[in-house]
Amino acid sequence: MYRVRRWVVRHSRAFEMIYRRFEPVLVKLDPVWRRLGHERIEAPMRTVEKAAKEVLFDCKMCGQCILSDTGMSCPMNCPKTMRNGPCGGVRPDGHCEVKPEMRCVWIDAWEGSRRMKESDRIHAVQLPVDHRLTGTSSWLRVIRQQDGTSSATGNRETKK
Amino acid sequence: MKFDDEPVPGYSLPILPGHTSPGRLERVLRAGKFAITSEIDPPDSADPAEVLKRAAVFDGYVDAINATDGSGANCHMSSAGVCSLLTRVGYATILQISCRDRNRIAMQGEILGGAAMGACNLLCLTGDGVQAGDHPQAKPVFDLDSISLLQIARGMRDDNRFESGRRIETPPRIFLGAAENPFVPPLDWRPLRLAKKVAAGAQFIQTQYCFDIERLRSFMLKVNDLGLLEGADRVFILPGIGPLASARSARWIREKVPGVHIPDSVIARLEGAENQKEEGKRLCMDLLNEIREIPGVSGAHIMAYRQEQSVAEIIEATGVLEGRVPWHPGRDDPKALNPESPGALLL
Repeated sequence: MYRVRRWVVRHSRAFEMIYRRFEPVLVKLDPVWRRLGHERIEAPMRTVEKAAKEVLFDCKMCGQCILSDTGMSCPMNCPKTMRNGPCGGVRPDGHCEVKPEMRCVWIDAWEGSRRMKESDRIHAVQLPVDHRLTGTSSWLRVIRQQDGTSSATGNRETKK
Repeated sequence: MKFDDEPVPGYSLPILPGHTSPGRLERVLRAGKFAITSEIDPPDSADPAEVLKRAAVFDGYVDAINATDGSGANCHMSSAGVCSLLTRVGYATILQISCRDRNRIAMQGEILGGAAMGACNLLCLTGDGVQAGDHPQAKPVFDLDSISLLQIARGMRDDNRFESGRRIETPPRIFLGAAENPFVPPLDWRPLRLAKKVAAGAQFIQTQYCFDIERLRSFMLKVNDLGLLEGADRVFILPGIGPLASARSARWIREKVPGVHIPDSVIARLEGAENQKEEGKRLCMDLLNEIREIPGVSGAHIMAYRQEQSVAEIIEATGVLEGRVPWHPGRDDPKALNPESPGALLL
C-alpha cells in the first residue's frame, strides 16, 4: 500500500508516539506471554504484526524492525534493501534508480526522521540483516530481549 | 615520489605507524600529496595482456588504479582478477567489491584473497541495480550494503574476526574506501551519511562524477565542519571527474547512468564548442584545477571511460602531480620492461 506508507511517513511523529506507548505495554504483558509460552504465541503474534505492519508500512517481515530509526519508512522496500541510507543512484526528482515510479525509500526516511523526536537515530550504523529472522515476529523479539530470554539479534554475540 | 624502503615494487611496503596498509596510495595521501587515481574498465576477455595494456596507459600519472567490479551491472573480468594481475607487476590497485553480486561469505573471502594478492586498497560499494546492465535477468543479491560491508571489512582487519565472530589468523592489511555521491538528493543528508561511512571504517572516499563545483564546495564545507578531515580516523576525499566526449553523450549519461548529475550549463558549453571532444577535456581540466583549490580535498579520481588516453593529457596540462612521477613498471629501470608486452616486466 504505497499511498498508506507515504501517509505514515508524513505522520512519523504520531507513529513514534504510538510505538513508544505500545512497546512498554507489550513488554509489561510478558508474564502473560510467558504463561502462554513464547513458542506458542509466535504464530499468532506474527499474524497480527504482519497484518498491521503490511497495511501501514508495506512491511516485509525482516524480523528485525528498525522503523523508529528510519523515519517510519521501511528500508526493506528499497530494491537494494539498504539499511544505512540512500545509494548514489537517487534520481534528481527523488525517485528510485531501480523503480522510477517509486519515491526513494530513504528520502522518505530522511523526511520522516526530521519530524520525529529522536531524529538522530537515523545516523546510527545498522548491523547487516540476519536472514534467519526473516518472517519472524519483531515484537516478540523485543519482548524476549527485554526479559533477557534472548540475546540481541542472535548473530555475532552467540557465536564468538 | 620514491620510497626507499620499497625493495621490489609490488611487494608489500613496511606499514608505517598510523597506517593500516602496506600500500603506496595510503602513503601518498598521509604524506599530504595530491593523489591521483584512475580506473580500468576490465576487459570482456580472459587475456592477461589486455589488462596490462590497459594499465600501461596510466604509467607515470596515477597513484593507484581502480579495477571496477561489474560497473553499471555489466559483466566483465572480475576486479580481483585484474588486481591480481596488476599487483604481480607492481601496480598499486584498488579492489572494488559491490554488494550486488555476492553475499557476505563470498565478499569476506574476496577481501582475504585480494589482500593475499597484494590488493591492499578496498573500495566498498553497494553497486548499481541489475536493471542498469546487460544481465537484467540476474538475481540482485544485496545481502549487505556498502556501510555494513565497510564495518565487516574493518572488523576483519582490526579485530581479526569474520562477521560470524570466527577468528582470522592473518588479518587483511587494507586501506578502506567507499564511494559517495554529493550531487544527488537528499543533498542535506549526504555529508552526514559520509560521517556514517567514516564511522563504519571508511578511510578514503571516491565520489561520483563531479560536474557541479558549487555542490562539491558546500559538501566539503559541511564535511569539514563535521570534523571528518582531522585526527587519526580522518577520511581522505578524492572527487571523481572525467572528460565528456560530446554534448550528446553527456545527455545520454545524464539519462541512463544512475546518479550522474550534469547541469545544463555543462551541456551548453559542450554544444557551443567547435570540437566537443577537446572541450570535454578542457572542461575536465578546469574542474580539476577548481577541485584542487577546495579546502580538504586530497586528490582526484579520474574516470575516463573509453578515453583513458586523455588522463595523461589532463594531468600534464594541470600539473597537479607537481613533478611527482608515481611508480610504474620500468620507471626506475626502463631496461626491465618487456618490449613485447606493454606494462609487463621481464621477471
